Amino acid sequence: MSDKIKFTMDGVEIEATQGQTIMQAADEAGMYIPRLCAHKDLLPFGSCRVCTVMVNDRPQTACTQPVSPGMSVESETEELNDIRRSIVEMLFVEGNHYCPFCEKSGNCELQALGYRLGMLAPRYPYMFNKHDVDASHPDIYIDHNRCILCARCVRSSKELDGKNVFQFVGRGIHKRVAFNSDTDLSGTDVSVTDKAIENCPVGAILKKRSAYAVPIGKRKYDSQPLGSDIESRKAAVKQG
Amino acid sequence: MAENLETAVKQICRKNGNDRTRMMDIVREVQDRFGQVSSQAMNTIARAVNSHRVEVESVVSFYSFLSEEPKGKFVIRLCNDIIDKMQGVEKVAEAFREELGIDFGESTSDGKFTLEWTPCIGMCDQAPAALVNNKVVTRLSSDSAREIVKSLKQNGDEDHLMHMLGDGNNADPLVNSMVNNNIRERGPVVFADLEPGTAIHKALSMSAVEVIKDVKTARLRGRGGAGFPTGMKWEFTRAASGSDKVVICNADEGEPGTFKDRTILTEKPDLLFEGMTIAGYAIGARTGVLYLRGEYAYLRPFLERILAQRRNKNLLGMSILGKAGFDFDIRIQMGAGAYVCGEETALISSCEGLRGDPKNRPPFPAQKGYLTLPTSVNNVETFCCVARILDKGAGWFAEMGSAGSTGTKLLSISGDCTRPGVYELEFGITVSEMLEKAGAENAYAVQVGGPSGQLIGEADFHRKICYDDVATGGAVMIFNRDRNPLEIAHEFMEFFCEESCGYCTPCRVGNELLKQRLEAIIAGKGTPEDLDYLEQLGKTVAVASRCGLGQTSSNPVRTSLKNFRGEYEKLVRENSDGMQRTFDIHKALAAGEDLQGRKSVIYAD
Repeated sequence: MSDKIKFTMDGVEIEATQGQTIMQAADEAGMYIPRLCAHKDLLPFGSCRVCTVMVNDRPQTACTQPVSPGMSVESETEELNDIRRSIVEMLFVEGNHYCPFCEKSGNCELQALGYRLGMLAPRYPYMFNKHDVDASHPDIYIDHNRCILCARCVRSSKELDGKNVFQFVGRGIHKRVAFNSDTDLSGTDVSVTDKAIENCPVGAILKKRSAYAVPIGKRKYDSQPLGSDIESRKAAVKQG
Repeated sequence: MAENLETAVKQICRKNGNDRTRMMDIVREVQDRFGQVSSQAMNTIARAVNSHRVEVESVVSFYSFLSEEPKGKFVIRLCNDIIDKMQGVEKVAEAFREELGIDFGESTSDGKFTLEWTPCIGMCDQAPAALVNNKVVTRLSSDSAREIVKSLKQNGDEDHLMHMLGDGNNADPLVNSMVNNNIRERGPVVFADLEPGTAIHKALSMSAVEVIKDVKTARLRGRGGAGFPTGMKWEFTRAASGSDKVVICNADEGEPGTFKDRTILTEKPDLLFEGMTIAGYAIGARTGVLYLRGEYAYLRPFLERILAQRRNKNLLGMSILGKAGFDFDIRIQMGAGAYVCGEETALISSCEGLRGDPKNRPPFPAQKGYLTLPTSVNNVETFCCVARILDKGAGWFAEMGSAGSTGTKLLSISGDCTRPGVYELEFGITVSEMLEKAGAENAYAVQVGGPSGQLIGEADFHRKICYDDVATGGAVMIFNRDRNPLEIAHEFMEFFCEESCGYCTPCRVGNELLKQRLEAIIAGKGTPEDLDYLEQLGKTVAVASRCGLGQTSSNPVRTSLKNFRGEYEKLVRENSDGMQRTFDIHKALAAGEDLQGRKSVIYAD
């Protein structure tokens, strides 16, 4: 087929379809590239920068960069993994992430990525920024302390729910997620069944009355690291 | 009253075609009219343009000239960039505080005055300077600050502040400004004369492809700083498929220390519009946009008149100079105080009525730019070069400068020198020669290319100003031995923290962390390990950030550390007692003490 192309990633030749991003092609090949803002059902956004790879020696985000024939991609290098760890640490010190008692613990992508990248304590000092909590909605509560500004809620609401509940306001370190309401979250048309709620990777958007339902040991990332689902495809790809 | 607001806002929206892509014009007008874009106004705008309230809030909260909270009738924005500080802005600030009885970030209780700090307003050659609404006041002192407040109170408008007008077109009634051009050296490209229409006439006698070829033969590179070959950019834009194509002029020079485009916009607007029109012909565009930074709003009426004159002469409009099928016009899009909008994709976002967030690339603007149309964004000075190349010939232009950097470059020089101002010099001049022209005898450090460029010391003064050696978009700030390179770097880090759009993690968080550690070192709390910390973190920010702002935002730290390492080493010392010097026990306990309502017994003082 003419729209098939080949490129190499970490020395492995990957077949991809023209128009795919590096991340999509690598996922299909069972090679996991760490990520936070990227989500399989959403358009690429490129904000967290965790999926930074070197493409022909230039840094690019795998979630936004399209594949091209013969390109050489580096991902699993010590330098890139240190940059990724560094970014995850930045997110940990920017927000206030209290893993030990967070309802999302064990199911949290930020926490799981920290484990996967071998992060111990952040090398940066905590900022202890003040953030709000909005518990006005009967079924949902939002804790900005745990928000990593990945825009998954913003994008899910628009792209999947056909609504426009969330959007960013402010800039720089003061940037935050706001709601389409002149009061609070209860003033929006958000629903607990919205994809925007489900797709939050961290403990920033939570469903009320559902905390700690899964015991420790059975949570999503208790026994296998983040990215295992993608890596398990590798065996399938090889067999196929 | 409420009904008035609703009616007026609806009318403003209607005037802008209820078009949400004209959001910048809508919210700017609402802000001007009511001193704020209130919650109620946001709801009204959202309904009128069929958008969402939070989308309007997103835009309003992004730009520093827009606000949800009410502002005074007179908003005084005092420039706090490093040059203004060196020229004694603090005394001016104190006079404003005393006269108005408020601090910066506050408004007087009668709703008349708001006092704010603002980053570089493009007046470093006549600092300290401030904006009073859209008017610029320069060379401020504590006395003139008091007079300004008095005059505003007495006359009730800012026009009366302009009793002394600047040189050249600054004295034109439509500019009516006390700004001085300070053009110190006029070169043959930008500051020479050109009869309007001459260069367009020559371009129209050639095919569009030949025009692009001429620009390529002249080896013209973008004057904004990145130095991308202009002809190539145009070729890509021309080749892209699209119903219409767009030429955008980036007149958002916000890099602290840059004010060269101010002089072009004041003295050579015809040359600029001539270049934009030629670009329109070359790439096959019908639409031209001049994105003018909010700080230069005082030039807008004048620029609108020049555009009208050009329409009358058929240098804009339908079938320009009788060339059937060549229709092109230019509109002015105002910015509203956001440095990041100088980044071309952020600028496009802003033109589309959005937050000034940069866009993902690819697609590049040449493929999909303004409203998804193929778009070429070029610098003010670049367009001037184009007009001159078409008039005088590519060969004539390419003979000037150096092989990789042809032509001349406008430099805006400020700081510790006797002749601050704008210089049009051939590429290839050395830093030393430039310093001599500017009358800088005791230069210790020179910031070339603004904060996103590099801070160089004497060891580099023999180097050449050009794309392949010391590159610059035009900003040159000179510092003598009384200035501390760490404090210079700190000023610039504050600037980048303030101006980061916050889209990507490394720029949003990394720059804050760099700034904090630099502060610790300046306060004498740094260790030698902190220098590695700065280097590592600076590199991560540079490599992993999403746009040009983030990729260059750690340069103040990285280049000052590289070229003035001794200054850092003087301040750091080994951590011999094993204590973390940045840790302040009293600060750490303060919140706990507050909650308990008593002081710590163990750490009593």
